[in-house]
Amino acid sequence: MQLAKEVKYLIHKEVLLEWRSKYTINGVLLYVVSTIFTCYLSFVSLGDKLTWNALFWIIMLFASINGVSKSFLQETKGQQLYSYVLASPAAVLISKTVYNTLLMLVLTTIALGFYTLVFDSFTPPDLVMYYVAVVLGSISFSTVFTMVSAIASKAGNGGMLMAILSFPIIIPVLILLIKLAKNAVDGLPWENSYDEIAMLLVVNVLMVATSLLLFPYLWRD
Amino acid sequence: MNKTWWKILGSVLVIYTAIAGLLLGVPRLPILNETIRNLYFHVPMWFAMIVLFSISVFYSVKSLSSKSEIDDIKAVESVNAGIVFGLLGLVTGAIWAKYTWGQFWSFDPKQNFAAISVLLYFAYLILRNAIDEEQKRAKISAIYNIFAFPMMVVLLFVLPRLKDSLHPGNGGNPGFNSYDLDSRMRMVFYPACLGWILIGYWVYTIRFRIRNIENKQQHN
Repeated sequence: MQLAKEVKYLIHKEVLLEWRSKYTINGVLLYVVSTIFTCYLSFVSLGDKLTWNALFWIIMLFASINGVSKSFLQETKGQQLYSYVLASPAAVLISKTVYNTLLMLVLTTIALGFYTLVFDSFTPPDLVMYYVAVVLGSISFSTVFTMVSAIASKAGNGGMLMAILSFPIIIPVLILLIKLAKNAVDGLPWENSYDEIAMLLVVNVLMVATSLLLFPYLWRD
Repeated sequence: MNKTWWKILGSVLVIYTAIAGLLLGVPRLPILNETIRNLYFHVPMWFAMIVLFSISVFYSVKSLSSKSEIDDIKAVESVNAGIVFGLLGLVTGAIWAKYTWGQFWSFDPKQNFAAISVLLYFAYLILRNAIDEEQKRAKISAIYNIFAFPMMVVLLFVLPRLKDSLHPGNGGNPGFNSYDLDSRMRMVFYPACLGWILIGYWVYTIRFRIRNIENKQQHN
């Protein structure tokens, strides 16, 4: 199929570009690690697990805004025109979203590992459920931020607009994620979290569907 | 809808609810007591807001395909009118909360989510200000508007049901649902909703006409 071929090729291109410079992944990784370390140094006295959980998601939120917003904001007008001519808009959006999801997965996994290493008391009893929350978080952050960064890059002035536009959209997702992660930290049985998991999946499907519908209009200048 | 009958109907209904809402009898419920009358003034604001935002999404979709400036102005002016109703909804809710919950803002999920959904539309307006070129602004802001609308629906209708809230109708609190919204209150509540929706629509049409005239003057 034409679309699948294009998507595969574009993802390959993104990964190759990233592999050559290793700028985004290393930059964001250093950002996450230094933020975690700063938080550790400033909140040493806090013993509450739930506060650490909320802190983890806030750190991940800012790291992913920095990481994902690069996908469209970093590209020059020439590069965008090049991929506009070569590939269909759907392929561009899907490839960017998938690539960002992969990036976020690597990032959040390393961050979670580092987090449990630094905060000994934090280690959630139900690590599998916490990891499910992390995976769902990576997917939702990348679906929302990819589309918003496309909007922000087309609007011209990147950074501030990206934050203003994405925060109101991401807050509901973030609340669901923190709730789900909190269930994992509390060690509740899985039945209590099906609502949140289903809701997150529904929100993601909704976001991807609206992005796919709207992106062709945005992409054509 | 250039006729005047619906404007008269809207005004009459709103005047009627203002008088009847304060004078007619209401059921006495614990905690709520007489503050239950706020139902007539608080809830219709949200209905009017949602109707106006839906109109805005409709014209955003239309402007993406038609690329007409008129559709874009309609979309932005209905958001402008809708945001006023959203703020009024927050204010009427906060005043009511002061007398029943003890605080203007008690970080209740419903309050927070309503505030976030208003933020969403402020972001839309800021996005519009950030772009100078008119056609580009119309296109990009329409896209953001359509993208944000499902999220607003999730914020206002889905998420509050997943959480415990102090708000009537949630978390086991006596609500304004069918079984204590007795027929006396329906006599005022339904006209109030209809009346405020009509008034909101009227505000929007006036704002649209003003903007349209201003635009024509600029082009000449």
